[in-house]
Amino acid sequence: MSEVIVVTSGKGGVGKTTTTANVGTGLAMLNKKVVMIDTDIGLRNLDVVLGLENRIVYNLVDVIEGKCRLKQALIKHKKYPELCLLPSAQTRDKDAVTPEQMIQLIEELKQEFDYILLDCPAGIEQGFKNAIAGADRALVVTTPEVSAIRDADRIVGLLEANEMKKIDLIINRIRMDMVKRGDMLKVEDVCDILSINLIGVVPDDEQIVVSTNQGEPLVGTDCMAGEAYYNICKRVMGEEVPFMDLDAKKGVLNAFFKMFKK
Amino acid sequence: MKIMDFFRKKGSGEVAKDRLKLLLVSDRANCSPEMMEMIKNDIIAVISKYMDIDAQGLDIQITETESDGSNGTVPALFANIPIKDMKHKPSR
Repeated sequence: MSEVIVVTSGKGGVGKTTTTANVGTGLAMLNKKVVMIDTDIGLRNLDVVLGLENRIVYNLVDVIEGKCRLKQALIKHKKYPELCLLPSAQTRDKDAVTPEQMIQLIEELKQEFDYILLDCPAGIEQGFKNAIAGADRALVVTTPEVSAIRDADRIVGLLEANEMKKIDLIINRIRMDMVKRGDMLKVEDVCDILSINLIGVVPDDEQIVVSTNQGEPLVGTDCMAGEAYYNICKRVMGEEVPFMDLDAKKGVLNAFFKMFKK
Repeated sequence: MKIMDFFRKKGSGEVAKDRLKLLLVSDRANCSPEMMEMIKNDIIAVISKYMDIDAQGLDIQITETESDGSNGTVPALFANIPIKDMKHKPSR
């Protein structure tokens, strides 16, 4: 049984594409067949974050318009052959695709993949409607900021109105030092306000910038964000993973404790 | 910094939480300003039948309140209606 997951947020710039890239790659690391679809037509991004920008020949709109076969447009990842990307078109606009066409495309992909991840554009217009049309579940990404949470709440409302079966929350870019000072919303506060199930908390990590620069998702690497994303992947697959202590300082002592944990 | 903290009443995180809570209550209620205006006018019409009120000073908003049950806070319609004259006879 394959699962179709849309990654959405409402507000732009909170980390939808980074989340899609890392969760997709993480699921592939866990030996799943994964395809990621960039549904942000006109503003192609996911290919760059994955480091696959030089390999695009055909795109989502080409497939839908029948200019190529689906197989021709799928780009295999260099490192994980079970991981594929269907890039979006850069020179078209959002109306080039309809929700019905998306559902049809997803049905076709379901034959071959365990997970179909849809990277949703910001906003609640056509692009959003296309992205959620064929999805079974949603990962709502937010940051601990008033504007992002407000938009996330609106998105949750729209997803519920569209009868999305499962909606989980990812809190991105949290800074524990600021939370401690009382200058950032706590994880519990955000969960309390949005009242949906929390599936992951990703700390603000410089390594994210480094990984995006290099075009290599950092999921599973030895850094806070990498671990957090890896845990999210396991939870997506239904495994129960305790939430990690984001406060833990990196150091000799910590490395020492870690040796015993493993 | 610790001494400064003492003077500061609330961390900005608390402020954000309070602002969001109020904001989302009115967002979720999905009340447009036009609808609020219609509710306001209807309230004026109803109350005016029984007493003389200050229509200009009337203030309504959607907030939240502690519920009597155990389910925490619930949305509430808050109305502040200044009464000019209680002795106004019902017009019927």
